[in-house]
Amino acid sequence: MSAARDPLTEGRVIGLSGAALDLLVPWHLWIGPAGRIVRAGPTVTRIVAPPGETLTGRDPFTLLDILRPYPVRDLARLLLLKGHRLRVRLQAHPDLSLAGMVVPLPGGGGAFLTLSPGAALVEIVRRFDLTLDDFAPTDLTAEMLFLIEAKSAAFRESRRLNERLRGAKTVAEAQAMTDTLTGLANRRAADAALAGLTAAPGPRFGLMHVDLDHFKAVNDTLGHAAGDAVLQEVARVLREETRRDDVVARVGGDEFLVILRDCDDLGLLDRIARRIIARLEEPLDRDGRPCRISASIGTTVSSFYDDPAAARMLEDADRATYASKSGGRARHTIHVPDGPEGSMH
Amino acid sequence: MHGLVNRSLQCFIRDTYGEDPWTATVARAGLGATEFDSLECYDDALSEALIGAASAVLNKPRAAMLEDLGTYLVATPGSQNVRRLLRFSGTGFEAFLYALENLPDRARLAIPDLDLPALELRRTGAGEFVLAVRWRTPDAACVLIGLLRAMADDYGALALFEHAPGDHGSEAIRVQLLDTGFAEGRRFDLAGAAR
Repeated sequence: MSAARDPLTEGRVIGLSGAALDLLVPWHLWIGPAGRIVRAGPTVTRIVAPPGETLTGRDPFTLLDILRPYPVRDLARLLLLKGHRLRVRLQAHPDLSLAGMVVPLPGGGGAFLTLSPGAALVEIVRRFDLTLDDFAPTDLTAEMLFLIEAKSAAFRESRRLNERLRGAKTVAEAQAMTDTLTGLANRRAADAALAGLTAAPGPRFGLMHVDLDHFKAVNDTLGHAAGDAVLQEVARVLREETRRDDVVARVGGDEFLVILRDCDDLGLLDRIARRIIARLEEPLDRDGRPCRISASIGTTVSSFYDDPAAARMLEDADRATYASKSGGRARHTIHVPDGPEGSMH
Repeated sequence: MHGLVNRSLQCFIRDTYGEDPWTATVARAGLGATEFDSLECYDDALSEALIGAASAVLNKPRAAMLEDLGTYLVATPGSQNVRRLLRFSGTGFEAFLYALENLPDRARLAIPDLDLPALELRRTGAGEFVLAVRWRTPDAACVLIGLLRAMADDYGALALFEHAPGDHGSEAIRVQLLDTGFAEGRRFDLAGAAR
């Protein structure tokens, strides 16, 4: 855009007092034709001058390194960079670099250099203990610092909130009673149900421990997604073969517990267990590849014990399952009180 | 109301009076949660219920309690955020007063959904101002008075603040600035403490 020629401003220059310059551009450095500093704004003096000294009469290139767009070490070359964004390093603080810009003064009168803290703002403000008075009121630095601080506070608050949510999640997980994959009860829920049943006087219930056969092979050959689908199918079968009030729980990777309330009829329990095995043996189609599993089941009933304790019953059901496994899998074993386990098959 | 408002009240009561009065306040207000998130927004009615309940539990007039809340926001050593963010407004208390009108815009720079009272400062004489406060309830002016008192202390200025009815449904705070250099004031490091 070219401005129209204005006879009032044409060829004229603005004269500003040093005090006015300090207010308008507190970050200025005026370099005279001989390459020496004529005057410097109060903030630049604070940052650039050695403590207790002034900048007047000094060679700016012994205090500042002009690094970008390319290094220059004298006034004539500096003036060639007129209007460019400069990167200026403080020799006394080589880790800090400022942004700068230079314009020539009229009539070969030297150079006028302005500086700005750039991205090192916070560190510069801190190191030189700058205040709001070190910036012109129209300068956005105060807003910038305000934002940096507000952002940090919001970050801290967000982190505090996240920690609180994580804590709540851990508690919720610890209190969960459901196995997330199958929707069945989990170990904690099964323990709670057993504790409730055995605490009541004269409990009557059957406890079945179901351990899948060949499940590892499914996982290994068809992948974990197939394994998960099989577990969900097993959960469906167990739920369908039991009553609504019974507790069906997944208590390990491929281990399940079934608590059958008001049922200690060994014949009935054996029929239920065999039906479960038969249904689990029906081949599942997984992407056109059949998946075959079975189950080894061990059962005990509360009426076997004078004082049925959950831990003891779990151990006995587990041992009966082991007997099914070692007897060739895919079978059901009922725990024999005070004796070696006898197979119903 | 922004969660920051509710959370401020929560921290104020907890830090000043203890956990029990806060639990009693929440119960009296008929709320389930005892913890407010400063990143959430809540219904205005909820804040209203909380303030009413807190005033009853603490046995303190509503206005006096809200003034204390305003002072707490600035003067509590543990929470420097509000004080520091306010100090960015100016180097002296008078400059701070003039910058108050920018407060809602400044707050929105940091938290876009934070809705603060609209403020308008009028100079009525030498060292005398009227600050008009436009908000959904008169409560904002009470909190502001407490906050301004604490900020005057912070800047080392001596000033009097008085709640007065405003016009057109706004509230007004009459400010008498007696001495801007009354005391040394607290130090303000622009860049904050090193972290």
